[in-house]
Amino acid sequence: MAMTFHVDIVSAEESIYSGTAHMLVAPAEQGEVGILPRHSQFVALLKPGEIRVKVSESGEEHHIFISGGLLEVQPHVVTVLADTAIRAKDLDEAEALEAKQRAEDALANRRSDFDYAKAQSELIEAAARLRMIQKLRKSTNQ
Amino acid sequence: MAGAKEIRGQIKSIKNTQKITKAMEMVAASKMRKAQDRMLATRPYADKIRQVMGHVAMAHAEYRHPYLEEREVKRVGIIVVSTDRGLCGGLNINLFKKTVQTMTEWRNQGAEIELCLIGNKALGFFRRLGGEVVANVGNLGDRPRLNDLIGSVKVMLNHYDEGRIDRLILMENEFVNTMSQQPKATTLLPIVPTGEQELKHHWDYIYEPDTVPVLDTLLTRYIESVIYQAVVENVACEMAARMVAMKSATDNAGDLIHELQLVYNKARQAAITQEISEIVGGAAAV
Repeated sequence: MAMTFHVDIVSAEESIYSGTAHMLVAPAEQGEVGILPRHSQFVALLKPGEIRVKVSESGEEHHIFISGGLLEVQPHVVTVLADTAIRAKDLDEAEALEAKQRAEDALANRRSDFDYAKAQSELIEAAARLRMIQKLRKSTNQ
Repeated sequence: MAGAKEIRGQIKSIKNTQKITKAMEMVAASKMRKAQDRMLATRPYADKIRQVMGHVAMAHAEYRHPYLEEREVKRVGIIVVSTDRGLCGGLNINLFKKTVQTMTEWRNQGAEIELCLIGNKALGFFRRLGGEVVANVGNLGDRPRLNDLIGSVKVMLNHYDEGRIDRLILMENEFVNTMSQQPKATTLLPIVPTGEQELKHHWDYIYEPDTVPVLDTLLTRYIESVIYQAVVENVACEMAARMVAMKSATDNAGDLIHELQLVYNKARQAAITQEISEIVGGAAAV
């Protein structure tokens, strides 16, 4: 009897792949690992690369590119927690600096957020309309 | 009495407004369905991470990660998830009220506050109110991407690592159902381990490269995914709230048109009656 296991590849945003497989090859940080059914419990960090899922005995394969993540193996279930983008410490830091900068800019610069003049004119117009409607109602009720 | 022509103009303009609100309602309804699907799609990732993390943390109780350590609170970081655009009823205001309430509670305990704002509406609000904003991200659109959030989250995590903040709180809207969205505060850091999972099984993972980097990565990804989930959920909330708000706006416009139509009919009738009586009066005088 052919032995298979279940594979789930998920990212924080969506489920990428789900199905049964005969073998899975993943790019772990310290070299490629191949997972067969009844592998013992195993957790590995993945680096950017390709995951190969062998879905049939004839050797049909799915190739899925991931930009890093984490591999969790149970004897009959393998889960890949894929990152949504290539992550590196310095890249993250750059993003963090950018977010800080945005906050400072946004607080310093009042204009960019909201067009107060336009909003005010719209408000005045709406208020005028409201007054007119109320006037109309009163005059008809008399 | 106002002339019939003015009232007709009024009715026309309200009808135009009604068309717009009706369109917005339908757009929001269809976007809400998609947002809900996305909301569900984020669940497996977070569930799995929580599961693995719980296991790793329990199997290695001797390694205490700072994220799991409770410490005295001198400064609190608050992440506020709001929408980018308005016209969605009281969704944002309710959340901001709750945020201000939370802030006051912590201030009363002698803690300082710093804010990380997601969405343009939060920025607008806290700019007026004041508050120390350390990170900000906006214009995420209807399909927010995790990449856009990494920077802001990283700022808060760095501050936590450096000991600048001792607690991280997430303010988000919870999608109860289409009619109701509930603002709520969640403590992200420190992560309180749930005591319900006892260590029943005696197996452990093989780690590659080692326990510590795996756990570090897991914890960071976990926080990110929780915040991402909140942002996606907020989009669903926004669409639901907008749909309801626009529906009531459309109904109100309908009522208004109905009333104005009556006024218009009366005015028209009055004008005709007057004309007739003038003609009759004129004929009688001849």
